[in-house]
Amino acid sequence: MKQSLFTMEHARQLTADTYELVLSGDTSAVTAPGQFVNIQLPGKFLRRPISICTWTEDALLLLVRVVGEGTHDLVRCVPGTELDVLSGLGNGFDWTKGGQHPILLGGGIGIAPLYGLAQRMLEAGVTPTVGLGFRSGKDAFYLEEFSKLGCRLLVATEDGSLGTRGFVTDLARHVPECDYAFVCGPTPMLKAVHGLARLTGGQFSFEARMGCGFGACMGCSVPTVNGYKRVCKDGPILYKEEIVW
Amino acid sequence: MVNLSVRLGDVALKNPVIPASGTFGYGREYAEAYDLDILGSFSWKGTTAEPRLGNPQPRIAETAAGMLNAVGLQNPGIDVVIAEEVPSIAKLFHGPMIANVGGFSVAEYAENCAKLNDVEQVAILEVNISCPNVHAGGKNFGSDPKAAAEVTKAVKAVTNKPVFMKLSPNVTDIAEIAKACADAGADGICLINTLLGMRIDLKTKRPLIANRTGGLSGPAVFPVAVRMVWDVYEAVKLPIIGCGGVSSAEDVCEMMLAGASAVEIGAANLRDPYACKKIIEALPGVCEKLDVERIADLTGAAH
Repeated sequence: MKQSLFTMEHARQLTADTYELVLSGDTSAVTAPGQFVNIQLPGKFLRRPISICTWTEDALLLLVRVVGEGTHDLVRCVPGTELDVLSGLGNGFDWTKGGQHPILLGGGIGIAPLYGLAQRMLEAGVTPTVGLGFRSGKDAFYLEEFSKLGCRLLVATEDGSLGTRGFVTDLARHVPECDYAFVCGPTPMLKAVHGLARLTGGQFSFEARMGCGFGACMGCSVPTVNGYKRVCKDGPILYKEEIVW
Repeated sequence: MVNLSVRLGDVALKNPVIPASGTFGYGREYAEAYDLDILGSFSWKGTTAEPRLGNPQPRIAETAAGMLNAVGLQNPGIDVVIAEEVPSIAKLFHGPMIANVGGFSVAEYAENCAKLNDVEQVAILEVNISCPNVHAGGKNFGSDPKAAAEVTKAVKAVTNKPVFMKLSPNVTDIAEIAKACADAGADGICLINTLLGMRIDLKTKRPLIANRTGGLSGPAVFPVAVRMVWDVYEAVKLPIIGCGGVSSAEDVCEMMLAGASAVEIGAANLRDPYACKKIIEALPGVCEKLDVERIADLTGAAH
């Protein structure tokens, strides 16, 4: 965990409610894809936990969906705005456990950490299959960015306006060789993927209303097979075998 | 050179800054951020006889200048705390500890406090009487002077350590409860715990917190806490730990002027893990501005 000031470099609108943000600053505390940052915003008491899409030595790339006042304010920060950020929070994905045929499944804004994860896998010589799900074609984003990485990309939309009609679970069925999943998205999606019989293992990124974001307040504790775990500190990544619905 | 040392009865603290129970766990997470030995003390997570898993999710909701929480006293239970957390704390913090103790019956409070009597590092027992009394229809011990006195007496009977009763603000007359505790032999008073509140989600039209109600903390409650510390200082001659919405060195001084001998910092830690460190570093400068050489001289000076 590190507290430091980051500077908003740019915000780019991707869909009606989704933005790409670049923040420059010291990212030395970030050690794994799937970790998050906790951002203080003027006039808001609690910080806003945002998953890291990817990072370099001196910049964070975040994908943010506007869901309330905090994210509304965040995506409207003008370039040059300084933000107080706690970085390097959470456990992150362990991409070394995915074997030779990992599948990355993301729904909506949940695709964000999968981008950085795919990058790290490709650097390590593993080509992941990536299945992304959206409500509709107009809600889709980052398809080109994932394609450019060189991973195998599958897309599903609920209304069938883009890619396969259906859900990411339908995409997973197209690739029977993939038996280990890295998953991030809304809870019903996590649950559906978790229920896929042929997955031998997987890592699931959970969302929670957090107090502190660094493990002190017990505000986000959830039951697991191995007792209660704090989504912010012991997670946000939980392993398939420990998840209790 | 400003002298920051204060006393809570016979217990000397190097400064008045104490992270409040429930916002600091057993210290481990904050030890990653800074050296805990800069603290006057710290009050560990409210500990009950049995392990408690706490309330269902969600447990947290934001408010204007604060937050609601309904964690529900999630803790590993007194035996695990003594066996595992106490040795772990001993490596991270070498000063006097405040043990926050919860309970759902008079007997449970006494049993927990008796077990802590031999834990050397525990300098003060902070008895949280905001828990519902399972033997009296769920009413909080802290909302009834008789029940508060009963817990105080039972705890005093089993320990040699100073006993500070932590009071709930959700009462008509907090001074009356403080007096009842003082008459029953309490060595000090800690106040306030959180104020009961609720938020409702406009989208789902249901309470935001699964437990429906939660405890309000943060800067929003600071003036309420200052007023209640003032009232209790007027009512009893015991040392007071002031708590509630303290977020800056200036707030610490204000709370002391109202009557506190030491001050707990709660929700501010959750917003900024370095809050206590920053407050301790800022205190000498603020005292100089106030023309105060010994911070302890501030206690009750506004009366």
